[in-house]
Amino acid sequence: MMGAQGRGRDVLLRMLKDEQAESGYVSEGAIGSIAESMGLTVSEVYGVTTFYSFLSTKPLGRNVIRICKSVPCCMKDAETMIDWIREELGIAPGETTPDGRFTFELTNCIGACDQAPAMLINDEVYGQLTREKISDILKSFE
Amino acid sequence: MPEKRILLKYCEELDPQDIVAYEGHEGFKALKKAQKEMSPVDVIEEVKASGLLGRGGAGFPCGVKWELASKSHDGERYLICNADEGEVGTFKDRYIIQNNPFKLIEGMAIAAYAIGTKNVYIYLREEYHYLLGVLQNAVEKTREKGYLDGVEIEIREGAGSYICGEESALMNSLEGKRGEVRFRPPFPPTSGLFQKPTVINNVETLVNVPHIISRGAKWYQEMGTEKSKGTKIFAVSGDVERPGVYEMEMGCELKELVVDLAGADGIKMVQVGGSTGGIVPSSMLTTPLSYETVLGSGAVVVFDESRDVIDFLYRTMEFLNEESCGKCTPCREGSEVMVEILGRMVKGEGVQEDIQLLEDLSNAMMFSSLCGLGQTAAVPVLDTLKYFRNEYEMRINQSVFLRTLMPKTTG
Repeated sequence: MMGAQGRGRDVLLRMLKDEQAESGYVSEGAIGSIAESMGLTVSEVYGVTTFYSFLSTKPLGRNVIRICKSVPCCMKDAETMIDWIREELGIAPGETTPDGRFTFELTNCIGACDQAPAMLINDEVYGQLTREKISDILKSFE
Repeated sequence: MPEKRILLKYCEELDPQDIVAYEGHEGFKALKKAQKEMSPVDVIEEVKASGLLGRGGAGFPCGVKWELASKSHDGERYLICNADEGEVGTFKDRYIIQNNPFKLIEGMAIAAYAIGTKNVYIYLREEYHYLLGVLQNAVEKTREKGYLDGVEIEIREGAGSYICGEESALMNSLEGKRGEVRFRPPFPPTSGLFQKPTVINNVETLVNVPHIISRGAKWYQEMGTEKSKGTKIFAVSGDVERPGVYEMEMGCELKELVVDLAGADGIKMVQVGGSTGGIVPSSMLTTPLSYETVLGSGAVVVFDESRDVIDFLYRTMEFLNEESCGKCTPCREGSEVMVEILGRMVKGEGVQEDIQLLEDLSNAMMFSSLCGLGQTAAVPVLDTLKYFRNEYEMRINQSVFLRTLMPKTTG
């Protein structure tokens, strides 16, 4: 059984993630065509897309920085790390560099509290951050 | 009490990708024993007798869950391994997957045999995408070696959502929906994923299973307290010398973990169990860690005397408010108002009535929220009000006083 109510619908999250990997975000157009292909309403697909923090309806940069702002990282000066990245890249959390190299986001606990302060860039964890480390890490991304 | 590494034995010693190394260290012994010498009912009885409780935080008896699902008349059943470790301060499942993935797969294979299903999912949080390779390798190698007996293990990844670690939200997410929680009953063993009987077990719970099967419930029962059997893996962070993962026998004192092992000094308080976990003040560090006292997910965050209680609470509530799925009003709106009140206090705009407001709201949320998030969101609020009430009062009184010094605006 396929369709909105039964099995088959369960691939939606995978489809949205694939779309984001391919296009850099999930556009309104993509939401419309995915909805149509699955027999779902646009509102339903939009609702799923915007529920999850790693899916974006705005274009993302080639690399996404996600600094952890939960309590264990905060205790290790996550706010200073956020300021340093802001200085390095010249953008605030939620923004993308004009050259599309980085999107800078804040995120909740990434389970790297033993390496706090920590961040994810794309799928990689970087912990025990320092100013020098952040500079070097950022330089390594195209 | 030193560490008692049973679940974490051989971690960091063996190559987590090497199935032969795992086999050489009693790997798959329990699975073979279950399949050859025990009926599914025997396995369930053994796990029930062991007293194993769910390690994700809620602490439901594992064997009872299995039994309920196994007795269902619907032959199409599901087993889900919950690897959506989003609880703040928790990273024990990450450590298990990184270092001992075959033990997890063995535990899942035993659980699938007991429940009577071939349909198994692992729900891995997107933040742990870097663990996908080691997990996939473990599934593949186990299948190639013929241990899975037709059991299909599919790894599905989340997309960034704390609430998807809550079992009903997790199932909605697996079904391709928003990760909103469901009304219960029905409970998952009756009607879960795709409305089929479903068992959802945390990574650590499943890793206990091979040990219980190979060494027996009686051996397992001898560890721990009356209601909390076995060992528990703790993730320690915050103001400690040696943050990390520690396995302790249930019932060990908090002090043994945070001071003796992790090297904490000048402690003000410890939060045990994650963002909604209980607060233990420094005067109570001999509190045993168990389901009877404080435990939760096993997250242990240590705060030294330099830390501000209200600031911590504000951040915690901001987190819960962001991650509330929004389905039920008490949690969605309650956490919003909590952030507002605590934010007021942090900014020096608190008023005397705020403490009473926090208490009233806490009680309403605990009583009427749909799932564990809303029901326990107020725990750190009520606990800090209990142990650090003077800090609330002082902060408010200072703010009120400072405001009297400010020039009055006209109008």
